[in-house]
Amino acid sequence: MDFLTLIQVFDSTVRLSTPLLLACLAGLFSERAGIFDIGLEGKMLMAAFFSAAIASVTGSVWLGLLAGIAASMVLAGLHGLASITFRGNQLISGVAINFLAAGMTVLIAQDWFRQGGRTPSLIGGGRFGGLEFPGAIGPADAEATGRPVSELIAGTNPLHQVYSDLISGHSILVYVAFLAVPATWWVLFRTRFGLRLRAVGENPAAVDTSGVSVVGLRYAAVAICGLLCGIAGAYLATALQAGFVKDMTAGRGFIALAALIFAKWRPWQAMWACLLFGFLQAIALRYQNIDVGGVVIPVQVMDALPYILTVVILAGFVGKAIPPRAGGEPYVKER
Amino acid sequence: MDKMPKWADVVLIPLISLILAAALSALVILAIGEDPVAAVRLMVSGALGSTYGWGYTLYYATNFMFTGLAVAVAFHARMFNIGGEGQAMLGGLGVALMCLYVPWPHWTLALIGASTLAALFGAAWAAIPAWLQAKRGSHIVITTIMFNFIASAVLNYVLVNLMRPQGSMDPATARFPEPVHLPTLHELLAPIGINFSKAAPANVSLLVAVAACVLVWLLIWRTRLGYEIRAYGHSETGALYAGISPVRITMIAMLISGGLAGMMAINNVMGEAERLVLNATEGAGFIGIAVALMGRSHPFGVFLAAILFGFLYQGGAELALWTSIPRELIVVIQALVILFTGALDNMVRMPLEKLFLSLRKGRA
Repeated sequence: MDFLTLIQVFDSTVRLSTPLLLACLAGLFSERAGIFDIGLEGKMLMAAFFSAAIASVTGSVWLGLLAGIAASMVLAGLHGLASITFRGNQLISGVAINFLAAGMTVLIAQDWFRQGGRTPSLIGGGRFGGLEFPGAIGPADAEATGRPVSELIAGTNPLHQVYSDLISGHSILVYVAFLAVPATWWVLFRTRFGLRLRAVGENPAAVDTSGVSVVGLRYAAVAICGLLCGIAGAYLATALQAGFVKDMTAGRGFIALAALIFAKWRPWQAMWACLLFGFLQAIALRYQNIDVGGVVIPVQVMDALPYILTVVILAGFVGKAIPPRAGGEPYVKER
Repeated sequence: MDKMPKWADVVLIPLISLILAAALSALVILAIGEDPVAAVRLMVSGALGSTYGWGYTLYYATNFMFTGLAVAVAFHARMFNIGGEGQAMLGGLGVALMCLYVPWPHWTLALIGASTLAALFGAAWAAIPAWLQAKRGSHIVITTIMFNFIASAVLNYVLVNLMRPQGSMDPATARFPEPVHLPTLHELLAPIGINFSKAAPANVSLLVAVAACVLVWLLIWRTRLGYEIRAYGHSETGALYAGISPVRITMIAMLISGGLAGMMAINNVMGEAERLVLNATEGAGFIGIAVALMGRSHPFGVFLAAILFGFLYQGGAELALWTSIPRELIVVIQALVILFTGALDNMVRMPLEKLFLSLRKGRA
């Protein structure tokens, strides 16, 4: 594998990690506040559909993004209603939300577009394009010289290759996702809101005693979760791919959940976990079977590896993953 | 003192939840420009109007009885087994191995052999998450979700690389030999003079599923082990104080649960497809969650809920065939049932409890 191939694999890693990272941070906010969320998948799927649908109808990807976020936040509100207000089982609510999204997206897509549960392909302003950094080789240079971008990049020095291929040229949502990591860290660990949010996931009674609303904090966390899942879904349908297809999240919500556990509910580690799982996806996408010193690793191992690694981490053989203490427990005020 | 009579808890709340789910589904059908009354009529005639329809309804119901019981048994021990899907996939592998590589003289023996290995494979797939929960405290919901994905990767590998016949492009095993063919309801009912549709896939495993309902009922309410499982589910500390080992109960409950989910394969793999294909389970493991919630984790409730979902599945297929309503409507209905009977249970329960309390006060 030469250097340029490696860069290309890393480039695709970044693209594939982005939805995982956004969903993972979404889950981080929710679970740190004590609300388990296995409905990340459903929220992403709903956002993917509505962003693609609105972007295709209006021709504006930004309106699509807003619609996707709104759709995701409606489901987040439903999860909040079930698990905070009515103190229902958070896991069952998550399962219901996943099915609701899987069914509703196809139902509405069929009703609106009649293309077998997909949206029309997005073109032009209906899709997020790549951001070209100054000095990086991009489509503009290709047009000017009349040679393809890949050829131009192959002809330059390694540092410029990294800059042009790996760092520059992604859609704006990719940069948003990676900037969300320090932002999440700062909010959770350097602000009063973050302190309270973490406290409500560990010991809600203490937060309640100090006169802060447990319900309000948990709804805020669930809303942030909805926002981030919405961006993740919109990225899938309007940046990574051009339009919505049935079940397009394909288990990414669960990989994000796995990454969250793998990272033991911490933002920076979440980024590394998502990059690792994105890297596995990139490898599986590029190579069917990998030959490592005579032993052929089938592609199915790559598919299953994130889940296997998560089970190993959960089992506590490699450092123990301890969830927020009040996670999954509805808070009942003492009377 | 109970806040409300038992009949309200067992009958009224599920009924109200079901009505809410049905009403919302009707709104969804209206919103996509179809007539809900006509849709229900079409579903009833398509699923229950002929022996062909009944044959499909009962075929789906058989799947859902197994997976519903699987979730219900785990619920009794206060565990949420989302892994029914993966356990049923592995069960399918067990059935395929038994049917393809053992020369069975008669289908009865084949059924016993195949269901044993299916149950063993399903139980084995549930055993690892169970052990991790019991010994290492890893959350069983997360591990069983992960094991669903691992199961589908394993099955994919086995079908593509190991069990696919030479020269076949399809990731599926060879067809099972003739002696392991399970009699369909047509073949079972013909000797006693009942003419049942030949084309419908319902088969003898329906009887196995019904027997499983009875056995689970006996186990949960009539044996010492069942008592221990329920005691553990009600209060872990209480059970511990009574000398019940949490590790033992967790393991046993999950093994039974996984075994039941695995046994679903005698219906869909051995009875219907007669070969193992990718995605043979078609989400039945997840429908088991809705079935168990609606059936209040009672085997008789699971039996009824499974038939209801069998009806919805067959009716939904008919809808997709004759109208512009896609099959995914069933997924929406399933989601609403899970939402109302599971997550939003308190939304129905709280006002009802208040109502019954005020009624009682009025009388006193």
